[in-house]
Amino acid sequence: MKVAIVGIGLHPFGRTPGVSGRAQGAHAARAALADAGVEWSDVQFAFGGSHSAGDADSLVSDLGLTGAPFINVANGCGTGGSALIAARSAILSGEHDLGLVVGFDKHPPGAFNTDPAALGLGDWYGTTGLMLTTQFFAMKIQRYMHLHGITDDTLAAVAAKAFRNGALNPDAWRREPHSAQTIAASKMISHPLTQYMFCSPGEGAVALVVTRADHAHRYTETPIVIEAAEFRSRRFGSFEVFSPWLSPETAAGPTVEAARAAFDAAGVAPTDIDLAQIQDTESGAEIMHMAETGLCKDGEQEGLIRAGATEIGGMLPINTDGGCLANGEPIGASGLRQVYENVLQLRGDAGPRQVPGRPRAAFTHVYGAPGISACTVLTR
Amino acid sequence: MPDPTATLRLVDESLFVAGYEPLTLRGAECGRCGTTTFPSQDGCPRCGAQEMTDAALPRTGVLWSFTVQGFEPKPPYRGREPFTPYGVGYVDLGPVIVEARLTENDPARLHVGDTMELTLVPAFDDADGPVSTFAFAPAGDPA
Repeated sequence: MKVAIVGIGLHPFGRTPGVSGRAQGAHAARAALADAGVEWSDVQFAFGGSHSAGDADSLVSDLGLTGAPFINVANGCGTGGSALIAARSAILSGEHDLGLVVGFDKHPPGAFNTDPAALGLGDWYGTTGLMLTTQFFAMKIQRYMHLHGITDDTLAAVAAKAFRNGALNPDAWRREPHSAQTIAASKMISHPLTQYMFCSPGEGAVALVVTRADHAHRYTETPIVIEAAEFRSRRFGSFEVFSPWLSPETAAGPTVEAARAAFDAAGVAPTDIDLAQIQDTESGAEIMHMAETGLCKDGEQEGLIRAGATEIGGMLPINTDGGCLANGEPIGASGLRQVYENVLQLRGDAGPRQVPGRPRAAFTHVYGAPGISACTVLTR
Repeated sequence: MPDPTATLRLVDESLFVAGYEPLTLRGAECGRCGTTTFPSQDGCPRCGAQEMTDAALPRTGVLWSFTVQGFEPKPPYRGREPFTPYGVGYVDLGPVIVEARLTENDPARLHVGDTMELTLVPAFDDADGPVSTFAFAPAGDPA
């Protein structure tokens, strides 16, 4: 048995003053239900999550008190992926046939600030100015550029593509294109990454209706099959955010294992993928994650990006909706946004940003603290 | 010349080997698998053994990666006024790669592979004056 996505809904990303994160979640859930042509009362179960906008299960107050089990998921940036994995498993187990997955968030402006004690670190790590995710991303790409010959121009090119794609996406936050020159010249946040190379915490919501693939045609003519959805945490020796020390004995990060597991489970090779949404919390992350997911080899990004391979019309379109850079990062919703975009693209409904050639297989990847990754492979 | 260590106040004494001169970072080494951590911790994150003993870490190493913090962080950061961008890096000391403040904040003067030496920098001021934390300086820089 397989599981299919038969309904998708989204609340536009960005800043929506006066609309709570929960309300955005309810909006997305209703849109997904309408897309599948079902009522909330038809839904047998739900998994959902939000990092800082309230408990997802409280959405029953808005959607209707039907008695259905609604389970909260809290996995940082992996929240949406984990909710989808759990919902898929609930259907694969035979326990349920029709479910809802929802993720939403609403973060205040500015970088995330994290309490060191929550991660088992001493107060000194925060007071002396080391407790910043931005530093981790900068140091990871700095070393990667040194080892694999990636240039500053390529960092700017990735962000320029994100804003170009965002301009084609009516639901994106950042819809104004910026030239690579403007991006490179914007304020230096954490060398070598400038302001326009980083995504910002934001707002938004996404919901999906999932069912048994053999029931999918009851709800839609274009079901999208979840061929694989895999989650991994880090192993000893991988380089992760908020690390006061690293081992000289290095290991691949969780992205490598989650991606490989997803491709293996799907029986699909990275070369079979027609488009991908991969975590681009900053432009260096997109570059490194291209190789960590197996979509290319270390160092090939420089040539691929320069040749336009990752553009919507290229041979491997990446972050076709503008990614985190153009959509911001509402933690609970961000991973599901990637799945939403791939469903739209596989249905052929992505409008001006539609990947040409009727794509058949699409990949998603999220990465987050404290060293987790979730990946999916979808096909039509 | 006044003794600078007479009034030295450290952000967290447990990060340093007590009584060592010159100042030395205190890590922990696993008695079973040899893994070295910083700061010191009770259990080994590699093999799970609880056989960690204090280790005095080397005072020089090689710059593994670096960045420069360009904006003033939110709390819990406690900086000195006015905010000045500061270098941050990982320094490979051999048994362990340690994250630290750098004395240099010009990225053009930092390179992966540079030799670095342990020193101290003032991290913030409290009612009694400056509080210092460990940092690494490019080798040969005047202290």
